[in-house]
Amino acid sequence: MKELRFDDVTVRYGTVRRPFTAVDGVSLVVPAGQVVGLVGESGSGKSTLARAAVGLAPIHSGQILLDGQPVPRRGRVRPLQMVFQDPYSSLDPRMTIGESVAEPIPPGSSRAERREEVARLLALVHLDPSVATALPGRLSGGQRQRVALARALAGQPQVVIADEITSALDVSIQGAVLNLVRELQRELGLSMLFISHNLAVVRYVASHVAVMYEGRIVEQGPVEQVLVDPQHDYTRELLAAVPGNRPTSATPHAPRTRSTS
Amino acid sequence: MSRRWLRVLRTPLGLTTAALVVAVVVLAIVAPVLWSDRAEVYDTDNILAGPSGDHWAGTDGLGRDIFFRALVASRLSLELALAATVIGVLAGLLLGTAPLLLGRRLGRLVTTGVNIAVAFPGLLLALFFAVIFGVGATGAVLAIGFALAPSFARLVQTLVAGVAALDYVSAARVAGVGRVRILLRHVLPNIAEPLVVNATIAGGGALLAFAGLSFLGLGVQQPSYDWGRLLFEGIGMIYVNPAAALAPGIAVLVAGLAFNLFGESVAKGLGVSAVGGVPVPATSSRLTGHAGRRDGTDGSTHMAMAPSDLVLDVVDLRVSFPGPAGPIRPVRGISFSVRHGEALGVVGESGSGKSLTALAVAQLIEEPGRVEADRLEFRGADLRDGPRAHRHLLGTSMAMVFQDPMTSFNPTRRMGSQLAEVAVHHQGMTRRQAMARAVDRLRAVRVPEPERRATQYPHEFSGGMRQRAMIGMGVMGNPSLIIADEPTTALDVTVQQQVLDLLQAIRDEDDVALVLISHDVTVVGEVCDRVLVMYAGRIVEDLPAHQLQGGALHPYTRALVAAVPDMRTDLDQPLAVVPGRPVDPSDVPTGCAFAARCPLADDHCRTVDPPLAPTPTGSQVACWHAGEPLELDEGTGELVEAKS
Amino acid sequence: MTTTASSVASTPPAVGRLSGVLSHRWVRFGVRRLGRLLMSLAVLVTASFLMIHLIPGDPVRGALGPTAPTALVEARRESLGLNDPLWLQYWHYLQGLFTGDLGTSLSSKLPVADVVSQRLPATLMLAVLAFAVAVAVAVPLGVGMGVLTRRGRGRRSELAFTTTSVVVGTIPDFLIGVGLVYVFGVSLHVLPVAGNATADAYVLPVIALAIGPAAILARIIRVEMVSVLEADFVRTARAKRLPSRTIYLGHALPNALTAALTICGLLLSSMVAGTVLVENVFAWPGLGRTIVSSILTKDYPVVQAIVLVYGVGVLVVNTVVDVVLALLDPRSMIAED
Repeated sequence: MKELRFDDVTVRYGTVRRPFTAVDGVSLVVPAGQVVGLVGESGSGKSTLARAAVGLAPIHSGQILLDGQPVPRRGRVRPLQMVFQDPYSSLDPRMTIGESVAEPIPPGSSRAERREEVARLLALVHLDPSVATALPGRLSGGQRQRVALARALAGQPQVVIADEITSALDVSIQGAVLNLVRELQRELGLSMLFISHNLAVVRYVASHVAVMYEGRIVEQGPVEQVLVDPQHDYTRELLAAVPGNRPTSATPHAPRTRSTS
Repeated sequence: MSRRWLRVLRTPLGLTTAALVVAVVVLAIVAPVLWSDRAEVYDTDNILAGPSGDHWAGTDGLGRDIFFRALVASRLSLELALAATVIGVLAGLLLGTAPLLLGRRLGRLVTTGVNIAVAFPGLLLALFFAVIFGVGATGAVLAIGFALAPSFARLVQTLVAGVAALDYVSAARVAGVGRVRILLRHVLPNIAEPLVVNATIAGGGALLAFAGLSFLGLGVQQPSYDWGRLLFEGIGMIYVNPAAALAPGIAVLVAGLAFNLFGESVAKGLGVSAVGGVPVPATSSRLTGHAGRRDGTDGSTHMAMAPSDLVLDVVDLRVSFPGPAGPIRPVRGISFSVRHGEALGVVGESGSGKSLTALAVAQLIEEPGRVEADRLEFRGADLRDGPRAHRHLLGTSMAMVFQDPMTSFNPTRRMGSQLAEVAVHHQGMTRRQAMARAVDRLRAVRVPEPERRATQYPHEFSGGMRQRAMIGMGVMGNPSLIIADEPTTALDVTVQQQVLDLLQAIRDEDDVALVLISHDVTVVGEVCDRVLVMYAGRIVEDLPAHQLQGGALHPYTRALVAAVPDMRTDLDQPLAVVPGRPVDPSDVPTGCAFAARCPLADDHCRTVDPPLAPTPTGSQVACWHAGEPLELDEGTGELVEAKS
Repeated sequence: MTTTASSVASTPPAVGRLSGVLSHRWVRFGVRRLGRLLMSLAVLVTASFLMIHLIPGDPVRGALGPTAPTALVEARRESLGLNDPLWLQYWHYLQGLFTGDLGTSLSSKLPVADVVSQRLPATLMLAVLAFAVAVAVAVPLGVGMGVLTRRGRGRRSELAFTTTSVVVGTIPDFLIGVGLVYVFGVSLHVLPVAGNATADAYVLPVIALAIGPAAILARIIRVEMVSVLEADFVRTARAKRLPSRTIYLGHALPNALTAALTICGLLLSSMVAGTVLVENVFAWPGLGRTIVSSILTKDYPVVQAIVLVYGVGVLVVNTVVDVVLALLDPRSMIAED
C-alpha cells in the first residue's frame, strides 16, 4: 500500500467565460494503510475530488501523487480504484457478477486464474463464490455493494476510494457494509479515502478526517482531534447537526401534552 | 429475454403486426418469382379498365394488370427501404457514438451538427439530398438514408449518454477499460433493444417516405416500379380507375404500418411491464380485517384517553393494492393515536409501509389503492367518508411535508401563488389577502426576503428553502397536525437540522402535533416523544423515544438501533447486522413476519403472529420473546441469543 | 409582522428589482437563442448555396440536356456566375440574399423572388390552418384521455386510444390525401379536390395534413398528462385539498403542455414539409408543387430558394417554440447553460 497525496488540486467545469470551480486548491494526504474520511455537504466538491483522482474529472491544476509518482489516469493498470454510491447503477445489468469483478484484473492471467481470483475476492467480501454466474438483478443492495468492493479490489489497488458507499442502503444493511470496510482495511492494510456526509459513519471507519466546504478543505486532522476540538466554524456546525449529538437533546423531550395520563 | 419477446407476441397488436411483417417479407421474396410475367403482360383489349374478374384492380394505360404489379412491386419497395434504413442507421450510429469515442471537443462539434440537422424535418432533408443525388432510385435511397441519419444519430447519442453516465461505465473506466471496449461491452449491449426497435420503426418510415418520393416522381423511374411509382401513375387516372391508385396505396400503407406498429408494440412490450388491473375481491379483504382486528382490540388501550385530546385516532388501518396474484397488503392493520402537541415518530426500512400509512391517514392514496379502517378520525371527523367530505378541515388543519422538496412544487408556478392557493380555496381570502398571508408565512418559516422569494419560481430556491416553503404552505391555515414523510432525507446534514428545528419551533408555538416518518432512528429519537417501529406493514413496537437506546424490547428495534453508528458508538465493536432481506409485501409469511431474520425465533413464532401487547414499562410490543437478552456476535455483527 | 404583510399586499412586491432580475435573464436567453438561430441560418444558407455545387457533373449541362450546344451551356454558366471562384460565388449569393435577389428561374425566366412570393401564401395558409386544427383537436382529446386513464385506470380505453392514435399517426399525409380524394371527390363528389379557389377547397387538404399530427400530439399529451398526474407536485396539490378542476387544469395541464410543446414544434415543422406532398395530391398552387416541378426540370435557382424558404420557416418555428417554452417554464431558459 502506498500514500496518496493531493497537491494543490483544482478542478474546473463550465465554459471559459463562466468557469465553475468545483475543487479549489485542495491538498490532502491519505497515509499508507490509513483510512481518511472526507466529509462535507453535497456540492462541496468531495465527489469531484474523488473522480479527479481516478481520471473521471479533468484536473485544471495541481498534482495527484502516489508515493511521489503521478497517478496514471489512462491505460490498463490503475492503482486507484473506486466504489460508487449507488449499487443499482454501478453494476452492468447485462454482465454476470463474475465478469464485472474480473474486469479490472490486470491483463496477463489465464482464464482459470481469473476465475480463481474472482472466487477468492467474492469470498473475501463474504459472498458465496457461486454468485459469480448470477446477474446483478438477483442481488440485494447490500450484496451489490459487496460485489462493487470486490471489483475494486480486483484491480489490485494501492488506494481505494469509497464515495458515499452506504448512503443508498437501508439502515439495517449499512452496518454490514461498514463492518466489511473495517475488516478489509485491517486485513489487507488498505489505504482508503472514505467519502461520506455522515460524521458518525466517518468516525466509525476513519483514523483521519478532512472537512470540505465550497471546494476547499477547511479542516483536517486525526478523527479524535477534529471531532472533539473542531477549529473551523463549518466543522462545528456539522458536528452540531449530527442527530443525537446536540447539547439540547441531552434529555429527551417530555411530552408536552394536556393529557391526563 | 426470449420470454419478454414472447410477451410482445401475446398482445393482439404485437401478434397482428408480427404476422403482417412476416407476410410482407414473404411476399417480397416470392412475388417477383411467381408473378413477374403476369405483371408485364399488355392486355390491349383492356386499357385503363376498372376492376374485373380478369384484373382484380383493373389495368393501367398500357393494359397491364395493376393487382399483380402491386404485388411484384413489394420486392423493389422493400429493398429500397431496407437500403435506405441501413444507410440511415449506420450513419446514425457513427454520428451518435462519435461523442463517446472522439472525446469532448470533437464530440461536441458532432453533437452541434446533429442538433442543427435534426431540427429540419426528414422530408425536407430528403428533398435536399434528392436534388444533389439526382432523380431516380439510387438518389432516393441515398436521400432518404441521409435524411434518417440525424434523428437516428440523436437517438443513439441520447441512449449512449444515458448509459455512459451510469456508474458501471465509470467503474469500467476506472478499471482501465478502453473507450472502444467500453462501447462494445457496456454501452452497445445495453442500448441494443431500443436501437433495434427504432430501426424497425425507421424501416417502416423509410418505406412510407420512399413511396412519397416516388409519388412525387422523384424516386423510382420507369420502367422500374415500386408502390410509390404505381401510386404516382394511378393518381392521374383516379377518376377513370380509382383502384389504380388505391391498390398500391393500400399496399404501401399495410407494409409501412406493419413495420412501424411492430416496432411500437415491441417497444411497449419491452419497455413497460404490463400490470394486471385485478380489482380487489371484496371477500379476500376480510382476511386482513380479521387478522388486524386483534390489533384493534389492543388499540382499545388508547381509547381510555379523553377523545377530545386526540388529534388523530386510527384503529386497524389497512392499505391494499391489486397485484398480479391477488391484492398486495403493504399496511396490514395498524392502530395508533396522536395527542395534541405530541410528536410521534414512525421508523422502519423501505417497504415497511410507513410512508403508505402516512398517505392513508392523509387520504392521499388513490385508486386502485384501497384504504380500510375500523376507525380513522382526525379531530373528530370520520375520514372514511372520503377525501371530499372534509376538504376544508383537511386543507387547513392537516399539513403535509414530503420527502423530495425538488419535485414537490409545481415548477411552472411562482412560489407565492402556490402557497396562496390554500387560503383562497379554504379560507375564502381574496388573491391579494392570500398573497399577503403567503409572504407572512414564508417569513414565519424564516425564508429571508419573503416578498421577493414569493415571486420566484421553485427552481430558484435551494433544497432547504423549498422544504421551509413546504412547511410554510402547511401553516397557511392553522394546522393541528403536521405529517412529515422523510422531510430531511434529501437534505444536507446541516440543513436537515435547520428544518427539524423549524418543525420543533412551530410545534412549540401552536401546540401542533407531528407525525414524523423516517428511516433514521437517530433523527426520530431526537425529535419525537413516542416512536412506532414498523415491520412488514405492522407496528412491532410502540415506545417512548427515550427508551430507544437501551429500553427497546423487540429484537428488530434493538438491531435497528445498534446498526446505526452515532457519535458514541464503541469503535472496537462491529455494528449490528440484521441478516436476510426485508419482507416482500406481496409475500408475507405466516406467523411473525420478522421470524426469518430473528435470533430468538422458534416454531411458535413461525406459526402464530404475536399481537401488539402492553408491557410493564408503558410501551407496547409485538413479540413472543420481547426483551429476552441478546448479545453481539463480534465475528459477524449479528445479534444472537445470549448464552447465559 | 402584520403591518409589513399588508403593506406588501397593497404595493406589488419590488417590481423594479424583479424586472431587473428577469430582464437580465431574458437578455442572456435572447442572446444565446439568437446565436443559435444565426448559426443554424448560416448552416442553412451555406447548404442551399452548396447544393448546386455538390451535384455531380455540370448542373447546367444537366438542366439543358446532353444535346444542347456547348456554347449555350458555357454562356449560361457565365451568366449564372458558375465560372467564378467558389468564394466569389458565395459572396454574390449572400449579397443577393440581402438585397432580395434570389436569381432568375431557368425555365420561366422570372425572378425567383417573384415566384416564391407568389406561391408562399397558399402554402403558409395551408400549414397554419392545419396546425390550428391539429392543436384544437389534440389538446382536449389528449387531456381528457389523460385524466380518464390516470394511474392505470381505464385500461381498455387506453389501449383503444393508443392503438388508434398510433395507426392514424403513422399513415402518411399523402396517402390520407389520396383516400380523401377517392371518398369525397371520386365517390361522393361533395368537395373539390384540386386548387384553392374556394373556401371549401381547403377542407380536404387541411384534414389530410392535420389528422396525423393531431393523433400523434393527442397521444403525447395523454402520456404527459398521465405522468404529470403522478408527479410529486400533483400530490402536493392534492394535499392542499384543491378541487379536482384546479388540480387538472391549474397544476397538471400547464406542465403537460410544456412537455408537449417541443413535440408541437417538431410537428409544425414537419407539417411545413408535409405540405409538399399534400400540395401535389390536391394540385395546390403552393411552394410544394413548384419545388417538385423545379427539381424535375432542374430549375436549380428556384429549388435553392424554396429549400431556403422552407428551412427558414422551420427555424422560425423552432425559435418561437423555444420562446414560448421559456415563457411557460422559466427553467427551460437556463436548462442549456
